[in-house]
Amino acid sequence: MSDLLALDFMRQALLAALLAGFAAPLVGVFLVQRRMSLIGDGMGHVALAGVAVGVLTGQEPVLTALIAAVLAAVAIELIRASGRTTGDTALAVMFYGGIALGVVLISRSSSRTPANLTGYLFGAILTTSRTDIIVFGVLAAVVLTATLVLRQRFFAVANDEEYARAAGIPVLRYNLVLAVLTAVTVVVSMRVVGLLLISALMILPNATSQLFARSFRSGLWWAVLIGVLSSVGGVLVSYAAETPSGGTIVLLAVGAFVTASVATAVVARLRRAAHDRAERHDHEHGPDCGHRAVEHDDHVDYLHDGHRHAAHEGHYDEHGHDEHGHDDEQHRAGAETR
Amino acid sequence: MTSPTLVRLRSASFGYADRTVVSGVDLTVRAGEVVALLGPNGSGKSTLVRGILGLSTRQGGDVELFDTPLDEFDQYTRLGYVPQRHSLSASVRATVTEIVEVGRLPHRPWWKPQSRQDQAIVREAIADVGLADRAHEEVAALSGGQQRRVLIARALAGRPDMLVMDEPTAGVDHANQEALALVLQRLADRGTSMLVVTHELEALERVVTRIVCLDAGHIDFDGTPTAYSDHLRRHAVGSDHHHPDDDSPRRGHVIGAAPLDPTPREVTP
Repeated sequence: MSDLLALDFMRQALLAALLAGFAAPLVGVFLVQRRMSLIGDGMGHVALAGVAVGVLTGQEPVLTALIAAVLAAVAIELIRASGRTTGDTALAVMFYGGIALGVVLISRSSSRTPANLTGYLFGAILTTSRTDIIVFGVLAAVVLTATLVLRQRFFAVANDEEYARAAGIPVLRYNLVLAVLTAVTVVVSMRVVGLLLISALMILPNATSQLFARSFRSGLWWAVLIGVLSSVGGVLVSYAAETPSGGTIVLLAVGAFVTASVATAVVARLRRAAHDRAERHDHEHGPDCGHRAVEHDDHVDYLHDGHRHAAHEGHYDEHGHDEHGHDDEQHRAGAETR
Repeated sequence: MTSPTLVRLRSASFGYADRTVVSGVDLTVRAGEVVALLGPNGSGKSTLVRGILGLSTRQGGDVELFDTPLDEFDQYTRLGYVPQRHSLSASVRATVTEIVEVGRLPHRPWWKPQSRQDQAIVREAIADVGLADRAHEEVAALSGGQQRRVLIARALAGRPDMLVMDEPTAGVDHANQEALALVLQRLADRGTSMLVVTHELEALERVVTRIVCLDAGHIDFDGTPTAYSDHLRRHAVGSDHHHPDDDSPRRGHVIGAAPLDPTPREVTP
């Protein structure tokens, strides 16, 4: 490891992977929440056109890609907000137009510059330059700060747009900010996983954490952890196995997803076998339901005919007979006359 | 002295794009009132409340909220909207607390994290709807009625002057309807004003102080629950309000088995 870090290009590659692995799932969770998991792909397609323009005109490709992706992001949001049924088709035209333009323009330029199309499409992390790293660092810092500060608002808008609007939250403004942050993330991850695989790093870690997380907050941080481990791990593996970094990173993320799927399925089966459900009853326990509430470790049981009922998801668990069950009778009688 | 006016509509019409759904509506809601807005499917109930919230377009007439014309109104936190459940995205997991915390957002600038006071208000709102023991459970795992109560808690967390609810009892099982009615009763006792779109008056019977009936985009009844049952009796035969099971209903049962409730239940008085 230490001799790996002694290599200049390896240090830069690992740093770039760390930034992308952190930022991508953080932004991606809101795309998953809005059921727009594939939108990053589309932005990647348009960013390729931006890269091509940069290569052709001798500009910095990262800059032109950023401009193209941000323009695409704003267009996507405005098309979505217009709510027209033709919007979906409009997006398809834009995305395929972007990638086609990119391929054609890059081929035009290849006689003069050794632009590597595959490198942009599938990631070529080891060619990341020092200036690239500085630009990525700044962009990633912007994405991280903005997402962390605004995460509750992004959550509100993605979770229930109609409520957010009625509560006076400027929905379109937040959606536009999120779209621009997504575009920036696409460009930051471009070198690491490549434009065709960019969505994978935004979506897969979230898909994995959603399998076992119990809250939005924990799901988000697990996704970031999985994203960082896949991208940094992927770079190390790709160096050792001499495989392309992008594909390796995404395969690791897929591996994490499959492992988590199997593990959660097994755990769910064991849990189902281990806990008892109370009999179904047409009654909701609550603070004034008439049944006596008793503390039980970290939760509250309700005494119901001498049985302890504990709220669990949409039903009640049977937490056993209560030794003082009989003195609950009058409470129960009270409940039934209600 | 009369209580302050929360909502005032004068020959207001609302709709979407080029389609008018409700028109010529005159309606005034005052503080302390609990108004049930009834009407068959497609009568424009939801469009009307969505219009008040600025979610559907006002196409004519005057709309005033808290004595401010709708176009100039910006104190959205004064209205607590409880939408129908299906507007909650379930594609990502979230706990009851995380959803209810959203209700506090309009009260602070975008850069400010939530304060201790915000957290206390959120806890209180969750306790108010009787879900304190499930505050950290996932919303998607709860039953429909419990999810409805989460949405009420979210609206309450905004400390509104009026709750605006869209079908809070629709598709909710009996036990949860009772729990929900208890919650609404408690809020009404505290003087919370409410405008409730509903099909099932039965669950809200003890809470409602006034009934407004919409039909085909117009108000065709506006009065007290007692006047409403008289109105129903008068229209019981040969009108589209007629329900085959309700020819000579007992009083109290009339409200329960409102003609709009597709499956009236026996109510024990």
